[in-house]
Amino acid sequence: MDAGVREREAERVSEAAAREAIDAVWRIESARLIAGLTRMVGDLGMAEDLAQDALVVALEKWPESGVPDNPGAWLMATAKHRALDHFRRSRMLDRRHQDLKVRLEAEHRDPEGEMHAALDDFIGDDLLRLVFTTCHPVLAPEARVALTLRLLGGLTTEEIARAFLVPVKTLQQRIVRAKRTLREARVPFEVPPPTEAGERLESVLEVIYLVFNEGYTATAGEDWVRPALCQEALRLGRIVAELAPEEPEVHGLVALMEIQASRLRARRGPGGEPVLLMDQDRARWDHLLIRRGLAALERAEALGRPLGPYWLQGAIAACHARAATPEDTDWERIVALYDALAQVFPSPVVELNRAVGVAMAYGPEAGLELVEGLVAEPALEGYHWLPSVRADLLAKLGRYGEARAELEHAASLARNETERTLLLERADGLPQDALIQGDGP
Amino acid sequence: MRVLVIVKASDESEAGIMPNTELLSAMGNYNEELVKAGVMLMGEGLATSAEGKRVRFEGKKRTVIDGPFAETKELIAGFWLWQVRSMNEAVEWLRRAPFDGGTEVEIRRVFEADDFGEEFTPELREQEERVWTQASENAKRNG
Repeated sequence: MDAGVREREAERVSEAAAREAIDAVWRIESARLIAGLTRMVGDLGMAEDLAQDALVVALEKWPESGVPDNPGAWLMATAKHRALDHFRRSRMLDRRHQDLKVRLEAEHRDPEGEMHAALDDFIGDDLLRLVFTTCHPVLAPEARVALTLRLLGGLTTEEIARAFLVPVKTLQQRIVRAKRTLREARVPFEVPPPTEAGERLESVLEVIYLVFNEGYTATAGEDWVRPALCQEALRLGRIVAELAPEEPEVHGLVALMEIQASRLRARRGPGGEPVLLMDQDRARWDHLLIRRGLAALERAEALGRPLGPYWLQGAIAACHARAATPEDTDWERIVALYDALAQVFPSPVVELNRAVGVAMAYGPEAGLELVEGLVAEPALEGYHWLPSVRADLLAKLGRYGEARAELEHAASLARNETERTLLLERADGLPQDALIQGDGP
Repeated sequence: MRVLVIVKASDESEAGIMPNTELLSAMGNYNEELVKAGVMLMGEGLATSAEGKRVRFEGKKRTVIDGPFAETKELIAGFWLWQVRSMNEAVEWLRRAPFDGGTEVEIRRVFEADDFGEEFTPELREQEERVWTQASENAKRNG
């Protein structure tokens, strides 16, 4: 065994065990590796190829030699050797790669030299550059998602394909095309300049929340991977929050995801049926995630800058999270937060949710008045949530006939059988049940 | 998956001897790395078992036993809660921790089978969450 190699156990590690250890190392190291290499060679695709080459070498060597003490540095050194080989072979190097070749050769002669130290300092910045690159607006949203999960999340193409229920081949092509698009558009590997920073950060947050919702709303598929997407999104969010700690919306998004994820195990009844927020067993909420979510909200507030839509949504979720029982919910604060949300992004859906809050805080009549104002809203046409809310409020006011008609209308708009059945059951139960529990936001 | 990473007590920790500055700073860096990677959910160090109590249950009887407790190696000096993708990943992270001197650290999987899995049957979605998705989609359209 080499001097720098740590002994895992007395006997040599089996190939399978080594393979598993290498998988784990890859998940931990790949983003930093690819980020560092991209900064060096100036091309994301080439950087990933080099990193993959290094992984192949590791798969050959580590089962024999054991996992090195510092596997990340080992992979980086190996990838750099491959880069050097590549540059030596190719005769046509542009200026930039000519310079790089010279640097790599110097480093090759003096591997303990300063470049290693310099490299470490860059890691945080490199990761941030990587996030901004994989979430670049030049890419289609699904391409951003795939590239981010693969390069930043360290997921394999197969895992991503399985999570998004698309064939592996489709996903492979999506990633290849994305890398080509970045190259052709000459997207610089950089943290965007202040003039673009806002829009670019928004794109990063959007990608993360898209991943989260893909797992959270689980539109189809029974694979464990889909809910695991919530975990991947949370992890990405937590990473970006440390990379860009000065951005209130990053913490806002993390808060929103932590608090929504805290309800994961309370969202389904024993038979798999959905359980609405107000009916959930709050003891089943994950209070560690709630605490983390509340802390993230405070962290954003402490920055003393204007708070954006993710923060506001997180703060609304927090109103529910803080309430020990549904009756304890601070609906007045929820209404105030929806007011603020409607300011930063006016949307009929926000208005509808606000109306629910108003009904809870100030009575069904006040809520109904707002809902009536939304009926002609084209964006809500065909959206069964509107008649469903309307029905609730009408029922609370004792107007059962109208409520039933609304529920039947809602059922006709429902997107699946389960939903339809639930709505029709509510309609059936109407005259007997004087009060129907509101479906809060 | 979540894992509980349990740092066992040592004679030093039980004697209330604080780690030296070097180790503290190495541990600080390590914790920072865990946070930056989105792995650490929480982590705490514990006071010596001299400050601890045990309650023994027998039938209706409750007996309170004061610390310190003898079996040092079985005691806990601190713990982390990590969110990882696999036990292997947890092992790989733990290998990077700056412990020494024969310290043993144990990794245990936290049960959370009911969080994910069969509950996420297709076609079953909750209205509330869909509204959020819708709201964010609308936000994108309007923003």
